[in-house]
Parts: sequence; C-alpha cells; structure tokens
Amino acid sequence: MFFRVVSILFLIQATMASASAQEAERVVVLTHDSFAISEALLESFEAQTGISVEILRSGDAGQMVNQAILSKNNPLGDVLYGVDNTFLSRALDASIFAPYQSPALSYIANAFLPDDSFRVTPVDYGDVCLNYDIAYFEESGTELPASLSDLTEEAFHGLLVAQNPATSSPGLAFLLATIAEFGDEGDYTYLDYWEDLRANDVLVVDGWTDAYYGEFKVRGRDTGSRPMVVSYASSPPAEVLFSEEPAAGAITGAIVGDNMCFRQVEYVGVLAGAANEAAARQFVDFMLSPAFQAELPLNMFVFPVREDIALPDVFAEYALIPENPASVDSAEIEAKRDDWIQAWMEVMLR
Amino acid sequence: MIQRARKLWMVVYLAPLAFLVVFYVYPLLSILDLSIRPAGAFDLSGFVKLLSTDYYIGTLVFTVYQAALSTGVTLLLALPCAFVFARYRFRGKSLLLSLATLPFVLPTVVVALAFAALLGKDGLLNDALAALFTLDYEPIQLERTLAIIIIVHVFYNFAVALRIMTSYLSAVGFSLEEAARCLGADELSLWRDIRMPLIRPALLSAGLLVFIFSFTSFGVILILGGIRFATLEVQIYYQAVNMFNLPLAAALSLVQILSMLALMIIYTSTQKQLRLTLASHHSLTKRARSAGARLALGSCVGLIALLLFAPLLALVARSVLVAGQLDFGNFASLAQKSRGSLLFIAPLASVFNSLRFALMAMMAALILGLIASYLIESRGRLSRLADPLFMLPLATSAVTLGFGFIIALDEPPLNLRASWLIIPISHTLVALPFVIRSVLPSLRAIPSSLREAAQTLGAKPLDILLTIDLPLLGRGLAVGATFAFTVSMGEFGASLFVAQRESVTIPVVIYRLIGDPGFASYRQSMAMSVVLLLVCAGGFVLIERLRVAGVGEF
Repeated sequence: MFFRVVSILFLIQATMASASAQEAERVVVLTHDSFAISEALLESFEAQTGISVEILRSGDAGQMVNQAILSKNNPLGDVLYGVDNTFLSRALDASIFAPYQSPALSYIANAFLPDDSFRVTPVDYGDVCLNYDIAYFEESGTELPASLSDLTEEAFHGLLVAQNPATSSPGLAFLLATIAEFGDEGDYTYLDYWEDLRANDVLVVDGWTDAYYGEFKVRGRDTGSRPMVVSYASSPPAEVLFSEEPAAGAITGAIVGDNMCFRQVEYVGVLAGAANEAAARQFVDFMLSPAFQAELPLNMFVFPVREDIALPDVFAEYALIPENPASVDSAEIEAKRDDWIQAWMEVMLR
Repeated sequence: MIQRARKLWMVVYLAPLAFLVVFYVYPLLSILDLSIRPAGAFDLSGFVKLLSTDYYIGTLVFTVYQAALSTGVTLLLALPCAFVFARYRFRGKSLLLSLATLPFVLPTVVVALAFAALLGKDGLLNDALAALFTLDYEPIQLERTLAIIIIVHVFYNFAVALRIMTSYLSAVGFSLEEAARCLGADELSLWRDIRMPLIRPALLSAGLLVFIFSFTSFGVILILGGIRFATLEVQIYYQAVNMFNLPLAAALSLVQILSMLALMIIYTSTQKQLRLTLASHHSLTKRARSAGARLALGSCVGLIALLLFAPLLALVARSVLVAGQLDFGNFASLAQKSRGSLLFIAPLASVFNSLRFALMAMMAALILGLIASYLIESRGRLSRLADPLFMLPLATSAVTLGFGFIIALDEPPLNLRASWLIIPISHTLVALPFVIRSVLPSLRAIPSSLREAAQTLGAKPLDILLTIDLPLLGRGLAVGATFAFTVSMGEFGASLFVAQRESVTIPVVIYRLIGDPGFASYRQSMAMSVVLLLVCAGGFVLIERLRVAGVGEF
C-alpha cells in the first residue's frame, strides 16, 4: 500500500519534470534571494524578445558573488544582478564581468557609475538610515539626532538597536557610515564612537528581522522595547503600505541627515563567458527600462537609478532620500572589511 | 547463477556508498582542494591563522562545551520518558510521539520568534508572572544567554533522543526487567544492572545525533545567542561568505569534520564491544494503573507539553491574534498571489512542492538507509568506515558543501547546479544518518538464530528480509521515515539554489515573507509557519497509518 502510493507520486513527478525542459533562446539570471519582479512584466519581456528567462537565486549578495567567482570558468548564468558596492570590488577583482555599455546609461547620473569600464551597470539604490517610532519622539519631546555623534548623548540612552556587521547587510552599511564619519585613524575613530555607543546602551543583534520585528518598538505593536533601529530609508513607506489602516499615515520615520546614512547601490553585469551574451545584454537594457525601473520601489523597496522615473504615491509621500549619504570607496571596503569588523567585534564584545 | 546473484547484491550494497561518494565526498574534496591548493601550490595560511589565534581555539572549546551540555540535558530528560513510553500504552501515544517531532521541522528564525513570544521580555510567561506576583520587572531574562541556547537545542533534539530510545526499547521488550523484579531487584539495581546496560546502544546512538546536531548549530547560536557566542559552523559561514577567506574556511571545516570523525570512530568501537542479542517479543506494553506509573506517565506528557508544545502554541497564538482579537485574515491571504513577486505562486502552493520533495527524500533515505544499515551491520572491512562516513554530511557546514556542489557538479552528466534534483539529493544526504541511527539499534538486536532457523527451513534471503527483518524493523523504519520527512520539510538551504516555480518550498516562503517589509507579511510568515506545522502533523499521521497497513503491528 505504502509503496504503491509512493510510486504513483514518483510517476507524477517524472511526467511533470520532463514537461519543463528545452526552449529556444533563454537567459539565466543569477541573483540574490531578495530579487523580485512582477510576473506580468517578466512575461512581457519574454513575449517582446522571444527570450525565456530563468531566475537563479543564490543566497544573499555575498553568497551569490562567491558562487559566481567559484564558477567563473563555467558560469552558472548569463547575467548577474544584485552585487552592491560593498561586494563590488571582490567581483571586479575576480574579472567575472564582460564590459557592456547600455544605451540607457544616458538616463543615469554619472555619480552612480563605479568607474569608466562599464563592467557593471547601476540599477537601483537604497539608503541604510536610522528609523524611529514617531509616537515616542512626539510624546517624550525628545529632539531627533542631527548627527551620528548625537547618539552618544544621554537623551538616546538605551533607545537604539543595531545589527552585527559580521552577519547583517544593513549592519555592515551602518558600520561603514560610522567609518565614513569618524575614520579609522586619528584621535577619535569609529571604534571610539562605538565604545561611546556601547556606553550609551546600544543593543546589537544578529540580523535585520530580529532587530526590526523583535527589538524595535512601534506604537500599536506588542513587540520590542527600543524606539530607534538601523533600517532602510524605504521602511517608513513600507510600513504605511502594509499597515492595517494606510490612511492613518506614517508611524515611523527615517533620519536622513548628512553623513548619517550609507547608500547601497546595486549593479547588474553580463557574466564573462556567458552562453548567451546577446540575450544577457538585452536583459541589462530591460532592467534600465522605464517599466522595470518604475516597479523597483514596490517590489524590492529600493529606488530607481533613473531620475526620470516617477515614484509611486506612497514613496513620494513618505520616503525621504538623503542628499548627502556617507560613502566609502568599494576597493577600500574589500581591503579592510575583515579588519574593521574584527576590531569592531573586539570593542563590542569586550 | 549464484555468482550473478552475488554480484547483484554487491551492487545493491554499494548503492548508498556510491551515492555518498558522488554527492558528498567528491564535492567536498573539490572545494577543499580549491581552498587549500588555489593555484596548484599549497596555501596553508588558513591553518597557520587557525593555530596562531586563540580566538579559534576558544571557538572550538565553546562549540564542544555547548554541544556536550545540550546533549547531556537532552538525554537526561528523554531517558526516563523513553522507558515510560515504551512500557505503558495509552490512547494517542504514537500520535503524541510523532507530534513531539514537530519542532524539528521549524526554521530557526521561526523558533527564535516562538521563544521570544513565550520567554522574551514581552513574552507570555513574563507577562503572566509579572501579573501574578505583581512584579515591576521581568522575572525571566534569558535573551542572549547560554541557557536559552541550551533550551532551544533541547527543544529541537528532545524528540530525536526520545523516539530512537523508545522504538529500541519497544523492540527489545521488558522480559529481563520482569525477571529481575521477580528475583527481588530494587529500583536502584534495576537502573544500574538492567535498564542502563539495556538502553546503552540506543542511548549512544541518540546521543551521537544530538551531539553532532548541537555541535554544528548555526541559526540558533546566531539569532538567540547573539554576537558573543560563535560555533565553528558560524565561523565557517562567516569566513566563507562574508570574508571569502576560503583557506581559513577550509581549515575550520576540516577541524569540524575530523573532530566528528574521531568521535564517530570512538563510538563505533564502543558499539562493537556491546552487542545484545535479545529475543524480540511482542512488545508487552501495559496500561498505567498504579499511582506511581500514572505519575511517571503524567510527568512525561507534561514535560513534552511544556518543553515542546508551549513554544509552538505561542507561535500559533501570534499567528491568529491581532491586537488581542482572533483574526484568520493572515491565513486567508496565503491563498493569494501577492503583488506579483518572484515567488510567482501563492504561498499555499508551496505546500505541494514541499510534500513532493519530502516524499522523494524520504523514500530515497529509507531505501539507501536500510541498505546502508545492513552494510554497516555486515561487519566487513567496509563497515567500519561506512558508519562514520554516512554521518559526516551532518557534520559538514552547508555553505562548504554548497560551494562544493557549484564547482564539482558542473559538467554533464552531473550538471546539477541549477537543477531541482539538487533539492531531494541534499535532503537525502541529511536524512540518511537519521534513518541509519533509527534502524541500526533494532537491526543489531535481531537475533541471528531467527534468520538461521528460517534459512534451515528453506527461506530465501528476500523472504527473510520481508518476513523477519522488516516487521522487526518496522518501528525503527517509521521513526527514520518521520525524521527524513521532517528534515526535508524544514530544510531550506538547498532550495535556494534553484528558483523555478517548483522549487519554492514552505521554508523558502517563510524566509521570504519574514524578510519582506511590512508587519502584515511578518504575520503572514507566522501563519505560514503554522501551515508548515499542520502539514507535517498530517504527514506524521499518514506515516503511522501506512506503517500499520504496510508492515503490520507486531
């Protein structure tokens, strides 16, 4: 009886598997597991170009880049999307990309280009910023911090939850913001700053989920106890979008003062040795098309690099974009990441 | 004719080994080779760094320490209950034992949230205690302590220990104990002279699994322990993924694998000295009639309720309570495709994918595991090597093996890097040790006289397998099947490699929802976790049913 049931299931499996093989032209997109696109848009790309798209998610951004490097002699895909400026240098040093200058680059500010080699094309960006519970700051009458230094003041004692830069992408981004602000040499370095933050009872947890849903306190929600968290500039509009009553307006805010946020830019690139380089190039162009760019905010909660794209209403109303985010050179990040994090761990764990 | 039959048997015998070599040894050696010999010359910088820094020695010591502690506590709690459950029967026993396996299926993120809901600062227990004793502080402060790590390890592993020991005890029966009792043995000498020696094979078998599982713990340590605690596994992930320091990651992986291998070899040699051949009986369970028996039974059921079911119920409560009100909206929304995301399917559709992979992995693990158990039990030269070898996938960090797959399985006929096949294959690798550890103690307890008698009466090997071995192994196989099913349902890493529609499993959906912004998707992920629990519970009931129908009660 048992075996009969199972063998029938196996037969079903076998017939289903064979149905989904063999198509004419296809492009394999290597990406991270936060990638999202609407089905309708993807289908319209496939219909217009005759190229079928296969999406291969490969863990987080770091895992994805490592896999692409390990398999560079026999690439896993044709195009890689989602490498950001914290991992870009590792990918470029390993020469996994073939240069491609997309015609759509003319719509993008030059500041987004990492260099003039066209090995990667910027697609979107997001800023890691402090988020806060609006109700707490209104009720307590506390002023919002105007710089990262302010966070070491008594008024912010025990208010902030941040993430471990060794295990969390926003955690690393925030560490980089403090490195950009205070530097790693001199009288008062980022390590001195973190020591002061620690004295001011900052809480560090492993990942974004634990910080945001476990420790961050927002009025009307029964989890967490701290009214400030390291998150994204796009988190406040996301809160509105997914709240039970969107009409009530924002419940959280992002602090976007100069040098207080770190900007993560995500890039796409044609993989060297791609089986279908022409299709890969078309996919790069597609990612810069108005239709794809316009979808980015609501699908992945990031901002389009194209300036001529209108943001969705909820973003236009509730999202703040920092004018002067902190920045650290990609090559410097790759060279010093380990040392910075190790030194940070020693300060925070002592 | 006999020659050919023998050759056929050799092929069958070697199938599990071949599976292991192709999908474990080969990828692992490939990645280690690449890490340690990147340009053809040896790069031993990883080992140098490992030995020259106290930090990594400290990590190893802590890893062993917390694993030993977790194993000790788990066995201490599970051992008495195994005797009680093997001895007494009551309505719903097998269902209770199956349900106790449920924690095993939950992704770590969800378990962390469940424990936060129960034991956290604003958790149910703290609220209740504070209200009860009018306290103005939180009496339970376990967040980011070693204690919470151990508690969650026990939560995960209690059922592993309990079920392996219970199924073994049920198979060997209680005749020795009854005889000793008749001869006037008191409770103390019963434990010392009868019960402990009797249970030892299963105790070691279970302890080994629990130890390896706690040794390689990753998510629990990261999320619940916080940044102060790190195991070798956490370090390997960090070095391999964040730092891309492959030589160091390889050195750490080798330390981990070799320490597990050493442990396994010690274990295998103790197992050989001690072989009980006990006549298998009809398991003589009885009803708990005396007050003492009822108390013992009640305590064990209570322990399971408190340790295993309370956190699960806290999770269920989180998924259906919205600001104190019952609300099933989260569940209803699971049937809809949400704002056309990459998942392409409604969250609930992932149930079908998960079930399909779980069935495939379960069947493969059962068949290969059964053969492997015979291979190990054959006590040939291969067997001494085979037992530790089959355990090693459990002791190998997922990211190391994942990178191994990428570089090793990249050419036809084994171009599996982007194929859905990688999912059931990797699930089978992890499920195999569970099947072997569940089956082996019972297999060893089958007296050879039974088989010899059958042989004398003219039974063919296949008849012996079908009429003697399989019925006697029924319980062990069912336990192995349950774990294989559960391991596959809860496994997550491999499903990430492929993203065709058919590879979106329940845990993938849970992680995806939890990472999405918005409190609604967070609550949806809680609801999806409850769906995972329900589907598994349904699977357990079915496995129990099929076992009774297929192998028969004995």
